[in-house]
Amino acid sequence: MRFLPALLAFMATAWFWSFLPAISAGETRSWAWAWLPDQGVELALRIDGLSLLFALLITGIGTLIFLYTAAYFRNDDRLPRLLTLLMLFGISMLGLVLADDAISLFVFWEGTTVTSFLLVGFDHNRRYARASALQALIITGLGGLALLAGLIILGQFAGTYRLSEMVLMGDAIRASEIYIAATIFVLLGCFTKSAQFPFHFWLPGAMAAPTPVSAYLHSATMVKAGVYLLMRMSPALGGTEIWMWSLTICGAITMIVGSVWAMKQDDLKLMLAHTTLMGLGALVMLLGSGTKEAAKAAVLFLLVHALYKAALFLSVGILDKQAGSRMVDDLGGLRGAMPLSFAIAALAALSMAGFPPFIGFIGKEVIYESALHSAASPLLVTGSALAANIMMVACAGLVAIKPYFGERRAQKNPGDPVFGLWFGPAVLAALGLWFGLFPAALGHDLLEPALGAVTGKAAEVKLYLWHGVNLPFLLSLLTFAAGIGLFLVIGAVRRALQAARVPGAEDGYDLGLAGIDRLSAWVTRSLQGGRMTVYLKLSFAVFAGVIWMAILMSNTELSRPDFRVPLFQFGVVVLILVSTVVVTFTPSRLIAICALGGVGSGIAMLFVMYGAIDVAMTQLLVEILVVVFFAIALLQLPRTPISLGFRPFDMALSVALGLGVIVTLWAVLGTELNLYLTEYFEKYSAPKALGRNIVNVILVDFRALDTLGEVSVVLIAAIAAVAVMRAGREARK
Amino acid sequence: MDFLFVLIVGLLVTSGAYLMMSGHLVRFLYGLALFSNAANLAIFVSGGLSYGAPALIAEGEKAPLEPVANALPQALVLTAIVIGFGLTVFALALAKRAFASEGTALMDDMRSAEPRAED
Amino acid sequence: MKSLILSVASRALMPTLLIVSFYVLWRGHNEPGGGFIGGLVAVLGLVIMSKAEGVRAARDFLRIEPLSLAAIGLGCSVVSGVWGYIVYGTVLKGVWPFITVAADGSKSGLPVGSIFLFDLGVYLVVIGGVLGMLFAMEEVVAPEPDEDETRDGGAG
Repeated sequence: MRFLPALLAFMATAWFWSFLPAISAGETRSWAWAWLPDQGVELALRIDGLSLLFALLITGIGTLIFLYTAAYFRNDDRLPRLLTLLMLFGISMLGLVLADDAISLFVFWEGTTVTSFLLVGFDHNRRYARASALQALIITGLGGLALLAGLIILGQFAGTYRLSEMVLMGDAIRASEIYIAATIFVLLGCFTKSAQFPFHFWLPGAMAAPTPVSAYLHSATMVKAGVYLLMRMSPALGGTEIWMWSLTICGAITMIVGSVWAMKQDDLKLMLAHTTLMGLGALVMLLGSGTKEAAKAAVLFLLVHALYKAALFLSVGILDKQAGSRMVDDLGGLRGAMPLSFAIAALAALSMAGFPPFIGFIGKEVIYESALHSAASPLLVTGSALAANIMMVACAGLVAIKPYFGERRAQKNPGDPVFGLWFGPAVLAALGLWFGLFPAALGHDLLEPALGAVTGKAAEVKLYLWHGVNLPFLLSLLTFAAGIGLFLVIGAVRRALQAARVPGAEDGYDLGLAGIDRLSAWVTRSLQGGRMTVYLKLSFAVFAGVIWMAILMSNTELSRPDFRVPLFQFGVVVLILVSTVVVTFTPSRLIAICALGGVGSGIAMLFVMYGAIDVAMTQLLVEILVVVFFAIALLQLPRTPISLGFRPFDMALSVALGLGVIVTLWAVLGTELNLYLTEYFEKYSAPKALGRNIVNVILVDFRALDTLGEVSVVLIAAIAAVAVMRAGREARK
Repeated sequence: MDFLFVLIVGLLVTSGAYLMMSGHLVRFLYGLALFSNAANLAIFVSGGLSYGAPALIAEGEKAPLEPVANALPQALVLTAIVIGFGLTVFALALAKRAFASEGTALMDDMRSAEPRAED
Repeated sequence: MKSLILSVASRALMPTLLIVSFYVLWRGHNEPGGGFIGGLVAVLGLVIMSKAEGVRAARDFLRIEPLSLAAIGLGCSVVSGVWGYIVYGTVLKGVWPFITVAADGSKSGLPVGSIFLFDLGVYLVVIGGVLGMLFAMEEVVAPEPDEDETRDGGAG
């Protein structure tokens, strides 16, 4: 059972693999189902080179990681929950890279955010895990909203939500006035998702997740979603100054910050998380360069990074499991006890450091090659790439050499793990070597179609292990020399870095959250003081304010009121008015109830006079019952005090409200009445509904559905009132 | 006469609001009852008034022979009265319950749900 | 605190009001009346009875829990809606199985059908709902003898 996810993922991998010949021949496959046809939203899926590359990464690495997870949590009853969440995540991620409809893409995008939240907070008993999960959710969730705004702006402008049609309109989009807004929103979404500076801090926090989750979500797949979308939108949005510089600068800063912070980490997992920042920064920086060479480097490095980083995460998980710790200083000399684990870590680390003949070497060469011709600033791009790569060599040493050489240190008796744990990382590490030795097929079959989708035109990818002695090769040699030098003095560097306390973007996040907390506490204290009369006064004040605003803003002319009425009617009006005033000011409960009855009966008389017999009967009966209920209930309620004092403010507010109602209602009566429905009811009441009491026919036939709702309300009110009263009786027993 | 109706609605609203803001549970209930009457009357009057003639069709006829009162607002008001009644009784029940458990009819002293801030 | 006069009067009034209420319900489709009004009239009859002879007597007369009566009423209305759906495919459309309409538009037969069932439902909901609240409220005010005295008097 626990290997079922791995099996499913493997089948999915095979299924996607079967598209490879067609896609590498330049074809695409697409499917579409109507979803919200009125809104032009459909569930559209499309496989092109870029989607296929990502889909293979997601399902392929997913297969290995599901296998690893099943072994890692072998005796843990949380395994089904973890695997379910991972599968849900995998499906969302697949949907994200396959979606051709912008709204579908957004839905899947948020699906990965939510599943990531649940996975980061998997150890929900730990406070830190919950805080990290929430942080990741807030940052990526806000980014997701920005992305939605950007996609809608683009969709409205382009007149289509199909991404494949949008990217064809690149020139029109770049020339339009919505370009800046759309780009900023889309970039916000991508940068938060892919943890770019200044939103990078959530990614190290997300390491609170179990190691297999970190390996899958936070190195190989989810954090690449932002990069994926940048690649996807490049033909539509890319190539301008704002695009180039924001990507180059944010990417470069993320790369450097990630590399420097990686070196000072004690926890190997956190170190890898920071090197992931470096990888993501490098990808974004390359996409900003805007040249075809840079795009090629980005596509290649994407694959390289996914392979070695997932393998390293998993091998750190092995160390954690088998040696009892993943702290740099707790581990050492383990190569004798764990030869297989050492071999895996070494293979992956060599690819990460970029030594030949690994694919990492080719990746690095291509990056240098493109950096030297960057459209942004060759010096900046090459310089930061060089610095970051030097530090990567040192970090690779920390991950693969430090735990396995030197004096033997471990928290428990170490040994090589079971098959399920070593198989996944071994495959990933071996692929790094395989692709390095035979890069040509990889370049042609997989990367060429992907590059085509990124650049928007057919591209050629020829990869060689040996490029000859040129400037990139010399830079590589410099990287190795400086990196090894840095590794030799890494202890001193780490101590120096750990001593320095640099304020980070996370402090800004914390300050922001604290500020929001304080603001909401203040608002709550001011508006929700707990005094009910204040709530009522506020509500009435808003009510009166809205009415008077509407009156003052409109320019309806009021007609002159006509006071000529028969004496009898005038008597009824006086009865109502006087009764109302009596209810308001009498201290006696009995007189108040009688006066309430007077108001109700007076109104019933008015109904009779104006042809509403049914209404009058109802009103009269209800009025009797109201008096009965009040009489019963008031026996249990205290007497009203003789006087609560005259309240001038309340009186002014009430009068303002009453006057507002009078003016609005009078204005409403001045407008022409639409009698369409009334005439319809009069015409068809007898012939069609076979009833001569039009009011009753409306109630039980024409508008019977309304009545059904109203009857339900009566029943619900009765049930609630009975429950309240019975509960009161129980409570007093 | 229209204007007198409007005037009644206005006075009912004024008194209702004033009573509801009084801070005493029983007066609040009076206010609620007045408000409910005001709403019914407002609906009725906005359908146009016609003195006399109820909205009935004579035996054997297909439609009213002479102009009759507007039946639509009447139907609306009829159900509104019944629902308003249900609501008033429910409010009475709540008030009784609140008085029983809080021991006071002064609304500002009922603070079980939102205890006073400790400042 | 039973009043003999009220008690005697209620014995005559209660059945009368119940019959009147049903008559009001019946004629509601053509003359003033209907389910809401009929229901309220019936409630009035039972209110008088409960005042005169106590809630227990009124409950015994009713035999059925008032809220159940209301639920049955809502059920009647819903069934009438379904009836219309089954016959005409439109929810709540009126069905008159005993009425025939001649070519000149004149009708003959018994005016009983889904519409009457609907109004009957309204009638029952009003009776059951209002009486449920009334009984509950009276029982709290006049609880069983072993309970504390009811609270009354000024506060605040």
